[in-house]
Amino acid sequence: MKLYENTAAALSRLLAKREVSAVEVTQSFLDRISAVDLILKAFVTHTPDIALKTAQAVDRKRAEGETLHPMAGIPLAIKDNICTDGIKTTCSSKILSNYIPPFDATVVKALKTVGMPLLGKTNMDEFAMGSSTENSAFFTSRNPWDTDRVPGGSSGGSAVAVAAGMAPLALGSDTGGSVRQPASFCGLIGLRPTYGRVSRYGLIAFASSLDQIGPLALTAEDAAMLLGVIAGYDRLDSTSLPEEVPDYQKDLDAGVKGIRIGLIRQSLDQHFDPEVNAAVLKTAKLLEQNGAEIGEVSLPLTDYGLSAYYLIAPSEASSNLGRYDGVRYGYKVEGSHLEEMFGKTRGEGFGAEVKRRIMIGTYALSTGYYDAYYLKAMKVRTMIRRDYETAFKSFDLILGATTPTPAFKIGEKSDDPLQMYLSDVCNINDALAGIPSLSLPTGLNSSGLPMGMQISAPPSGEKLLLKVAHFLDCQQRGIPQRPLLKSDEGGVK
Amino acid sequence: MDKDFTREVEHVARLARLHLGADEKDKMAGQLQSILGIAKKIQELDTTGIEPTSHVIKLPAVMREDEVKPSLPVDQVLQNAPKRSKDFFQVPRITAVE
Repeated sequence: MKLYENTAAALSRLLAKREVSAVEVTQSFLDRISAVDLILKAFVTHTPDIALKTAQAVDRKRAEGETLHPMAGIPLAIKDNICTDGIKTTCSSKILSNYIPPFDATVVKALKTVGMPLLGKTNMDEFAMGSSTENSAFFTSRNPWDTDRVPGGSSGGSAVAVAAGMAPLALGSDTGGSVRQPASFCGLIGLRPTYGRVSRYGLIAFASSLDQIGPLALTAEDAAMLLGVIAGYDRLDSTSLPEEVPDYQKDLDAGVKGIRIGLIRQSLDQHFDPEVNAAVLKTAKLLEQNGAEIGEVSLPLTDYGLSAYYLIAPSEASSNLGRYDGVRYGYKVEGSHLEEMFGKTRGEGFGAEVKRRIMIGTYALSTGYYDAYYLKAMKVRTMIRRDYETAFKSFDLILGATTPTPAFKIGEKSDDPLQMYLSDVCNINDALAGIPSLSLPTGLNSSGLPMGMQISAPPSGEKLLLKVAHFLDCQQRGIPQRPLLKSDEGGVK
Repeated sequence: MDKDFTREVEHVARLARLHLGADEKDKMAGQLQSILGIAKKIQELDTTGIEPTSHVIKLPAVMREDEVKPSLPVDQVLQNAPKRSKDFFQVPRITAVE
């Protein structure tokens, strides 16, 4: 087994026992990146020198006998909308293609503090708007399970990096499914934490009331380890939760006995891929056989979530993206006067999907439409929250499919924004309610593509989600399933 | 294409300071109408007496001591400026020449 094939937890144990060095671990992933990233295109920016420097520092400290964090020396990839001091952070947008942040996001500071080497910044849909990475201004990342298919999005590059062994872990961001949907398409664990659990300081804003940073990992244990590093109160984020961070790894093995799980009725009624539904039911059955109580839960507002989301998120985006005007940073087109410069800079700097969202948002917030669209959508958001509050009186967790289908083909939906929006239909309501939600793999379909299942918990229920996911990890897969790349057959080292 | 809606698109693009080409405008008008068609579904719901949720966290405004803390050096603040003049961001004239 090559080093890059290990989970983060396994690497952590090898490092602690000094069986390998952090430099060896990091180099193994860097070599893997050199071997496959030309085809898969997960990364916008590679940072091998920075990664090795961090790894060397970790090895030196270990040699000097310092007590190190269990994650010290475990490298990772970071989505390119999370600011890294001195390293280009582009949001996969032309308008930020030359932007070098003069500061670190709070999560990046935390990773540096424990000594996690940064392998690079990953591709995404521009400003996290999309479900396939096809909206990246640079290129489309490829799904390692089938390179003609999308990896999902918007955190597609992060998902590809982990699924293909280019990084043991990655950070993504989830506004309406952008961690969970690519996790599902690439056969990974993807966690959207409770809103406020992870600091948003330094996460380039898309929709501030919805954005949350979350881990993509091979196993629930790995996701728990990374969440433990990034979660916590941050005074630089005014919506940060002041609650204490629990030990996410503790009691992961506790099993699922007595956990009340509500299967979403609507999820099974809809015209989802029958294989996806069958895999969800099979997994639910497995949980039931091991002592979980499975019932059916009704979330009648599921269909309205999508409508509310596509008013609320664009409204917030249209305001947040007002800052890109060619004055302080980013791409700029000259104009004879200020308004002309703004208009041309934004017209050339933003891609089609970002423009659509700015337009919808500006429309929904404009005079005469505010009450009927934005205000109404915020009231529907209240109703959706209450829907969940009612459901959580009877159930500890809610379960359904993560996505209606496995990964779709590149180009299949890129001309039809509405079809693309519908691929997030299962992920949006949790985001609107601010509750934690996790996607886990349920196996491969008959064409060999990963399928996913989503479990959601009340606020701050990450531990319960991870416990159930870990139980299924142990039951279903001794080791995480990995795609076989053509280059693997060719004997890439 | 609905002519009134294309005018609406032009108005909104102006509000958003977003220059759109002629082709873009027509395409945008069609796509916005279909997206708004989905968004309108929420009109079916009765929301009488329901408070809007702008944020899921019920936290009071966070206060802190009014202390001076170091901020970024000016050169770092300006390092990404597309156009700078001394310690300022430089922009073209504010008003259009008639």
